[in-house]
Amino acid sequence: MSSRDAILGRIRSAQTLAPPVPVEVSRDYRLGRTLPDAERRELLVDRLVDYKAHVHTSTSEDLPVVLARILTDRGVRRVGIPEGLEPSWSAQFGGAVVVDSTDRPAADLGELDGVVTASAVTCAETGTIFLDGSPGQGRRALTLVPDLHVCVVAMSDVEVGVPETLARLVPDRPITMISGPSATSDIELERVEGVHGPRTLEVVIVG
Amino acid sequence: MTALGMPVVPPRGSGNLRGVKKFPDAARQELSNPQLRRNIGKATHTIRAKRLNVTGELPDWEQLRDAGAAIKADVLNRLPELLIRLEEAVTARGGVVHWAADAAEANAIVTELIRRTGSDEVLKVKSMATQEIGLNEHLEAQGIAAYETDLAELIVQLGHDKPSHILVPAIHRNRAEIREIFLREMPGVDPELDDNPRHLAAAARKFLRHKFMTVPVAVSGANFGIAETGTLAVVESEGNGRMCLTLPQTLITVMGIEKLLPTFRDLEVFLQLLPRSSTGERMNPYTSMWTGVTPGDGPQEFHLVLLDNGRTAALADEIGREALHCIRCSACLNVCPVYERTGGHAYGSTYPGPIGAVLSPQLAGMDQPDDPNSSLPFASSLCGACYDACPVKIDIPSLLVELRHQKVEHARFGPEAAAMKAASLAMSSSRRWTAAQKAAGLGRVLAGKKGKITSLPGPLAGWTDARDMPAPPKRTFRQWWASDEGRAALAEAREEGQQR
Ligand code: SF4
Repeated sequence: MSSRDAILGRIRSAQTLAPPVPVEVSRDYRLGRTLPDAERRELLVDRLVDYKAHVHTSTSEDLPVVLARILTDRGVRRVGIPEGLEPSWSAQFGGAVVVDSTDRPAADLGELDGVVTASAVTCAETGTIFLDGSPGQGRRALTLVPDLHVCVVAMSDVEVGVPETLARLVPDRPITMISGPSATSDIELERVEGVHGPRTLEVVIVG
Repeated sequence: MTALGMPVVPPRGSGNLRGVKKFPDAARQELSNPQLRRNIGKATHTIRAKRLNVTGELPDWEQLRDAGAAIKADVLNRLPELLIRLEEAVTARGGVVHWAADAAEANAIVTELIRRTGSDEVLKVKSMATQEIGLNEHLEAQGIAAYETDLAELIVQLGHDKPSHILVPAIHRNRAEIREIFLREMPGVDPELDDNPRHLAAAARKFLRHKFMTVPVAVSGANFGIAETGTLAVVESEGNGRMCLTLPQTLITVMGIEKLLPTFRDLEVFLQLLPRSSTGERMNPYTSMWTGVTPGDGPQEFHLVLLDNGRTAALADEIGREALHCIRCSACLNVCPVYERTGGHAYGSTYPGPIGAVLSPQLAGMDQPDDPNSSLPFASSLCGACYDACPVKIDIPSLLVELRHQKVEHARFGPEAAAMKAASLAMSSSRRWTAAQKAAGLGRVLAGKKGKITSLPGPLAGWTDARDMPAPPKRTFRQWWASDEGRAALAEAREEGQQR
């Protein structure tokens, strides 16, 4: 007998020996919450700052200038961008702009000083940004290997809570949820940023 | 089922699910380590305070807990159907599903999969399932080097040590010790390295970066597996998980069969419950989700190993089944007065603390008189703090009492008197311990009520006299606990506890 059949048989035996008691899952927790833009933005900024992310706000017209300034202030010379990123976003940046492609070895991504991406949806209450590999976000390695991640969040993609945020995702895309930069508290519970992932997370909220 | 269709009790699991010593003996040893006690005390208090903060922030916390508990019960009710659904969904997305009946089979499957990549090295994401089956030791014996990539696990691994906490496995080490371990064991480390946590983390980053870029295969666990979509989720904070789940060509994930959730939507409950209960954060820094294989992004080969190893044995028992709801958040450890004083090593198993005291005997059994697991149900003050903290409302105190009951019912073991007494003395010598006992009051129910219940061992009295317990009452302890009589006794004991 295969282990698959053995395990399924064992589960059925177990259910005979200790018969299941049917349960009702009630979803009477908070769902479908909304807040006006200003309050959602305020909540999100509060949470992002709490997570040691650096927060900027911008209009969509000013975005290229804001992005160029952030990159320059961080001393970035080579910035990586995913295929499909809105071309105007990187137009004001004076350094080298490298468009990522899937055949580039991940180790080469380490030569980038930083990366700029869009995002799929964001949860204000937890300060969590979701990337799902759609155009403008790139493959997962691109936002992981370089030391600086500059992420653009549109207010129209900011939801209040976790249920509202998850409802907007397409499950079978690869999803990365980001709340602040990489962090560890493994040594005497002292927080240290950037053990493996980006040491610095800059978030630009647009709109 | 057997050939005749009669249900048989499924076999127990194997691997790192029991220690070599009984809890009181192991605890006595740990109690003599003041450094360990200080570190654990600091850690548990810090996390405890943060957890209360962020759970208090959510007005619907209790509703989320109820939903979490109900979803888990529903999963176990429909386990065969949901596992098959998961298998179909993963396969449809280009993944390969393997089934492992026990630790040995899981180890063999993973070894073979690594061999096929041609690599003699593998990256590891911290995972209790792989620790439970002893994967690293097995791989080492097979000539494959497994690198733990979580900083704490790396410290533990390089220190030739065992993790002492589900969440902060190196909590028993201070910075000076960690520096020494790195200098001694980490290839290419700067001999000038000091003990600043920032510098220690940077040294680990450098060492591991190279591995991430060169090793072609990784092994992970999973926090959740979604039956509906075949999506796997790993929750973490350092980014080492993202590295392992993204950079290698081949990914192998070992998941206990109880880690299922029926639908993607169910994550809306658990992604609120887990981080807040676990590290006291609103959300952990990183969560990765993937479904099979995505061309051009991440591993191009994905294997999912579904692990039984005693889980079906636990499922065959009303008590064990509830323990399988556990999402391994470690909240119950952080509030436990016994754990706080002994640390995780004393429990012997991969699963320490209150939930470990239930899970280890359930997964691996405690049927032999000299089984160290048979002492675990007594490693608790039954103060009830773990129940209050548990995000999926596992009634750990009742489960422990039921297990004590079962132990005495199944076999009248030799006395544990001397050993238990030693541990109880050590613990009762602390003012904190005494205070916790008094504040909780709950334990007095067991020791204090005349009649039927005096037959059950009290929180500490039972340690000195476990074998004097007479024949079990007609009702199980949990039935009594839930009855009017039980509730009255409980209220009485609480009052008494408050007056003292
Ligand atoms: S038993 Fe509950 S509190 Fe303890 S680790 Fe499991 S889920 Fe968390």
